[in-house]
Amino acid sequence: MRYAETGFNLEIDLSRGSIERVETDPRLTPLHLGGQGTAAKILWDRVPPELDPFSPDNLLIFSTGLLHGTPVPGANRTAVNTFSPQTNFYSHSLFGGFFGPELKHAGYDKIIIRGKSSDLVYLWIHDDKVEIRDATHLRGKGAIETGALIKEELKEPEAQVAAIGLAGENRVYMSTIEHSNSSASRGVGVIMGDKKLKAIAVRGTKDINVARPAELFEICDRQYREIYDNPNCGCVFRHEDDESWHINNFAWGNARERRKGMWTQEREAEWAATTRKYTVRWTSCYNCPKDCHISIAYPGRQRYQLKCYSKLTYSMAAYEELDFNYSILGLTQEYGLDGFTTPQLLAFAVELYEAGILTDQDMPGFPATTAERFFWLVEKIARREGIGDVLANGVYWAARQIGKGAEEFDHNTMKKFEQVPLKLSMVNFPYFLMYATGEKMNITQIEGSYPQVPIADREEREEFVAGWEAAPERFKRWFLDWEPREHQSIEASVNIADWNETMHYIDDTIGTCAFLSSFRGQFGGRPPYHIYNLPQFVSCATGMELDDSDLWKIAARNRNLIRALNIRRGLRRSDEKPPEDHWKKRDPEMEQKMLDAYYEFKGWNSEGIPTRKTLEALSLEYVADDFEQRGILPEGEGTPLQEAVQRAGNR
Amino acid sequence: MNDQKVTKNVKEIKVDLDKCIGCRACEIACSAFHSRPRFGATNPARSRIRVVIDELNDVYVPIRAGDYTPAECTGRHKYTINGKEYNECSFCGVSCPSRDYFKEPDSGLPLKCDMCEEDPTLSEPWCVQVCRCDCLTYVEREELVEAEDEPRGEMELGLESLMNKYGVEKVLDAVARVSSKR
Ligand code: SF4
Ligand code: SF4
Ligand code: SF4
Ligand code: SF4
Repeated sequence: MRYAETGFNLEIDLSRGSIERVETDPRLTPLHLGGQGTAAKILWDRVPPELDPFSPDNLLIFSTGLLHGTPVPGANRTAVNTFSPQTNFYSHSLFGGFFGPELKHAGYDKIIIRGKSSDLVYLWIHDDKVEIRDATHLRGKGAIETGALIKEELKEPEAQVAAIGLAGENRVYMSTIEHSNSSASRGVGVIMGDKKLKAIAVRGTKDINVARPAELFEICDRQYREIYDNPNCGCVFRHEDDESWHINNFAWGNARERRKGMWTQEREAEWAATTRKYTVRWTSCYNCPKDCHISIAYPGRQRYQLKCYSKLTYSMAAYEELDFNYSILGLTQEYGLDGFTTPQLLAFAVELYEAGILTDQDMPGFPATTAERFFWLVEKIARREGIGDVLANGVYWAARQIGKGAEEFDHNTMKKFEQVPLKLSMVNFPYFLMYATGEKMNITQIEGSYPQVPIADREEREEFVAGWEAAPERFKRWFLDWEPREHQSIEASVNIADWNETMHYIDDTIGTCAFLSSFRGQFGGRPPYHIYNLPQFVSCATGMELDDSDLWKIAARNRNLIRALNIRRGLRRSDEKPPEDHWKKRDPEMEQKMLDAYYEFKGWNSEGIPTRKTLEALSLEYVADDFEQRGILPEGEGTPLQEAVQRAGNR
Repeated sequence: MNDQKVTKNVKEIKVDLDKCIGCRACEIACSAFHSRPRFGATNPARSRIRVVIDELNDVYVPIRAGDYTPAECTGRHKYTINGKEYNECSFCGVSCPSRDYFKEPDSGLPLKCDMCEEDPTLSEPWCVQVCRCDCLTYVEREELVEAEDEPRGEMELGLESLMNKYGVEKVLDAVARVSSKR
């Protein structure tokens, strides 16, 4: 009997219109757990590195987490993985809500989509019954509206739907997949659109077996209550009117400047009143007591749900008041546009116009105010009309297509992907490493366990450390010794980067929400889930006996496999740098030392490529073989013979 | 008939619709409590409480399973409350052919809320316990009722329907006849 997982994937070929239910290899679970981990294995095995992301053979994989459909609270993150046309690398996205657990109850761990349909279709999964259905009547429909229409036409109000909007249909690079109160961003909607898959609807009524049910239910019941009572988890801003954290620390416009003094009491009162006006209800995801999302009713717009900092991104990019953000979100969420990257793209276009690089010829009828310009641009981009066709490829590619110095305005991308608009003064080494080496393209998917800033007061610091159950001992030491305005040592920096990303790599396999786990240790240090209590949840659910070091090792295996996917597609050390102006004061020499140390710590060579020894220790020999065949690693590297030769050469 | 008064324990679950966040923890807990072995599996499809959710119309209504009906209602109300429209079915706990709620997914047999009475040690039913945001709250109170208002057993219900159909005399005759043959 297989526990926690269903043991079946759904394989859909949209070119041939075929549907298969395929049993999975049970040996992969102890190696990769599930979610992103097993998805990476499938991408490694089946998508050769030469493949164009727009090829029909590119895969789009929806993965439930290993703990979806068990009573584990907050286990509801569905991972979406593919290769991105924007970065040409691995693309990783997560969305919450209800989709993953529903898919699990329908009897599947993953949906693997290959091929391309000749016209727009949607997928309807109802337990064992799976159909590819015509979706041409849904063309151009909003992403959330599509969900409602599909449920109505199927007469299945309980179905869970994930859909793309107009932007996805038109293969806009920053298009999302929208579901309930959550969106999958970072370049996955474009592939769904390329495959002409408008939506996936799923309804599941089957049981999921777990190994030690009574024990699991008991710890989950306790955990659910603990999560509700814990003020340091969930979206801590969800009931807050005080937006000073984002307003003061994040950059406005095209990631240009921080505005000191912008956040005043008057503004707080005004913005709070704006939010009240449109707020209908706070909502949560499946089996989580944290109501992180706000259902918004803006006049003339489709009802939508607000999540985290997208409450502010458009207003800050446009230098507008909050009302503007609520208004434009009502449109962009229906189009299925990423609320993090799109505002930057729009601000970038406005800058190019003001600099005379884009002209009225490129943009006939371009309005006068920034607010109107944003709306104008959104319409063009979602339809890929005129200049919108260029901008729809994201800041990096648009800058190069436009030329005439536009490249200079692309100052906030990394690995061709728009980054969070943060412009800070002094380089922070753990952050330098996470930005430079992360495969997930967004710092929020990498950071989160170790505090961002030290605690000045020694006594407070000691108190913090004393109750810091989530942290392995070494981090407590480093944190105790960390004084304000001091750098962390090389050893500490490398370890901090490693711990932070490791926790995400765990969440992304079991499906727990980062707001309860990997992202939430950095503020307050009391995340409900951490490396020391997660093993018990996983063990009770799956029956696998594992402890914190086993979990850490699985995370390292997945981390290296995903690294390998990108290495095979050409990622090298020269790509590993944060946006040039992310910090005003840099320390290039120390940064390179840090990078060397991090690579060494990870068991990677000086180019950032995992060595054979590292790969073998993680049971990834097949990756090493492949690297050698392709000449990515020198043949026989790390073998006794080669080491002897090297020693001889050094003499 | 007697006019004696007796005290009865009335159990109520109060629902504050404004407080529901749609987390469905109530469904998960109910299905766990009623699975065999107890807490052996969670599956909202087997829950005796379901949250009717229509996000776009801000409908979040937890309903508990009541009786079974072989046929759906011919006409239904639409209620407008505070400017929001609700279907009658959204408040109805009946296991009814018009929808999937309150049926065992495998057998289709109707499910019914039993107020978690199987475990008398519970201070509150499971769905209420897990609803941390107090959308669901539990109230128990004593009520003085006519003795005949006590819930009737299956036999009484059966007899009553026979009497309705054939009249008291005929039923008594039949009882005498059948019992004399034994
Ligand atoms: S913490 Fe918030 S975002 Fe995460 S599962 Fe809970 S409600 Fe959803
Ligand atoms: S547990 Fe409470 S808040 Fe959550 S869905 Fe059920 S009734 Fe609503
Ligand atoms: S669910 Fe209730 S209200 Fe709706 S048709 Fe059935 S019995 Fe009537
Ligand atoms: S009272 Fe008990 S049986 Fe009834 S719905 Fe709640 S948990 Fe289920």
